Amino acid sequence: MDQRSKQLRKKIVDVLHHAGRGHIGPSMSLVEILRVLYDSVLKYDPSNPQLAERDRFILSKGHGCLALYVLLAEKGFISEEKLFSFCSFDGLVGGHPTAKTPGVEFATGSLGHGLSLAVGVAAALRIDKSERRVFTVLGDGECGEGSVWEAAMSASRQRLSSLTAIIDYNKLQSYGPTEEISGLEPMSAKWKSFGFATREVDGHDVDALEKNFAELPFAQDKPSAIICHTVKGKGIPFAEGNPNWHHKTKMSAEDHARMINSIEDYNA
Amino acid sequence: MRKACLEQVYQLAKKDERVVFVGSDLGAGTLSHFQEEMPERFFMEGIVEAHAVGMACGMAHEGKVVYVNTIQSFLTRRCYEQLVLDACLHNLNVRFIGNGAGLVYAPLGPTHWATEDISILRTIPNLTILSPADAEEMNRLMPLTLDHQGPIFIRLAKGYDPIVTKEKSFELGKAYSYRDGKDVLLIGCGVMLGIMKEAEEILAQAGIEASILHLPTIKPLDNEAIISRAGTTRAVITVEENTTLGGLGSAVAEILAEACLPNPLRMKRIGLPDSFSGNYGSQLQHFAHNGLTAENIVTEARKLLT
Repeated sequence: MDQRSKQLRKKIVDVLHHAGRGHIGPSMSLVEILRVLYDSVLKYDPSNPQLAERDRFILSKGHGCLALYVLLAEKGFISEEKLFSFCSFDGLVGGHPTAKTPGVEFATGSLGHGLSLAVGVAAALRIDKSERRVFTVLGDGECGEGSVWEAAMSASRQRLSSLTAIIDYNKLQSYGPTEEISGLEPMSAKWKSFGFATREVDGHDVDALEKNFAELPFAQDKPSAIICHTVKGKGIPFAEGNPNWHHKTKMSAEDHARMINSIEDYNA
Repeated sequence: MRKACLEQVYQLAKKDERVVFVGSDLGAGTLSHFQEEMPERFFMEGIVEAHAVGMACGMAHEGKVVYVNTIQSFLTRRCYEQLVLDACLHNLNVRFIGNGAGLVYAPLGPTHWATEDISILRTIPNLTILSPADAEEMNRLMPLTLDHQGPIFIRLAKGYDPIVTKEKSFELGKAYSYRDGKDVLLIGCGVMLGIMKEAEEILAQAGIEASILHLPTIKPLDNEAIISRAGTTRAVITVEENTTLGGLGSAVAEILAEACLPNPLRMKRIGLPDSFSGNYGSQLQHFAHNGLTAENIVTEARKLLT
């Protein structure tokens, strides 16, 4: 893990500690996915979040928003001060995203909405003959929602090649392993059978992510799906793969220090 | 009324490129001329209502004015979360056209009835709710849906409903007065207007003067019209094809309770009871069974006035 990924993770932990709460595990698994999207894939203008010629990004797994907010602050959509307003009464950023945050297109967090919204956005952009692309990140547990598959069918029927669904496949949902609770396998074959040009990638491998994103769309007449194999809680060894770290509250200064130290010392 | 409504969607689409149509799995041939002439703006999504609403909201986010049409109970019951979060929270220009308001689908049974939609829809911020009485009123209101900012829900009646309205224009949020009598105020929406007019005639023969307020806009409600009419009467009766819990009658009762009018008022809500019906039959049989009739309005008016 390079210094940049560590910095982003430490910032997530700082915001979480400041607010006294947050979904930590689901944010940590997203860091490299969002980092690569915002560093080298998405077209956007932080000074004009509504720029017509922007790519649209929808974090369908809204509970991973801490990772998103850290990127939005780094890129200048929101100030550092507003980043630390996380979950406060008049804060600009909350426990799940809403469109009041610059750079956020839709309120998400009730799962199973993002892909349909993304399909609609992509369909509208096609009517307008726009070249802009649409990206949405879904959680693996979220794929239990039937509406995800309704949207998937629609996207492939419409041959929305401008649309990319990214699945943060961290294999763990709130209660436990996704395979025990939801039974999502064969994940890749599911997306493929629903008409998506599908690839699998190590979701923490920055180079691999960049390479795959650069090759989008994977087929000219299909939407693309990238199944990112990730680790929930990635970067904090005692949180990794531990369902107790899905959401955390009441963190002491010692907890905070322990998490920061573990990220700094992380070497995997 | 549905025919008039969908024809208006076609006409609006012809003149405004922002207009998009999204259907679920509608009857064969529905809006085929739209599909033929503007295929890029016509979406028949299949039996995927939750997705269809989400997709419509995604398109509205990009500046489209999206007309969504499917069976009303599927929209209000199955897609409630999409209505609240995707459409209304973002205040998007999606127009929901619900086939079969109330008991239109009586013979099809309770899976297809929309008997609590007013109650659950009117609690959603940003949503405008329309319940016209006939096809002519539908024709007057539809052009206004093009440039209105925010989501709109339109309750459709059965079709070939008798023409009972008489206005030349339509204003969102306005109550329409159909009679001005001093004894009892009748308030309703949708096809209840015809029944209220019948009741008014029967009451007039008995020397009882009724006012009628038709509320094609259920939200925002024309509070001013309701309060001013109620201020000059002795009794209020609401009539709705919806459960009496939380519906139009409840809305009127809330307004009048807080209006603190100087005149004593007696009130009756006529609507559907707080129970599941095991009956099929016709919409009119259900109306008769539940007192959504001119005769029952007259009976209730007499009770309130004695």
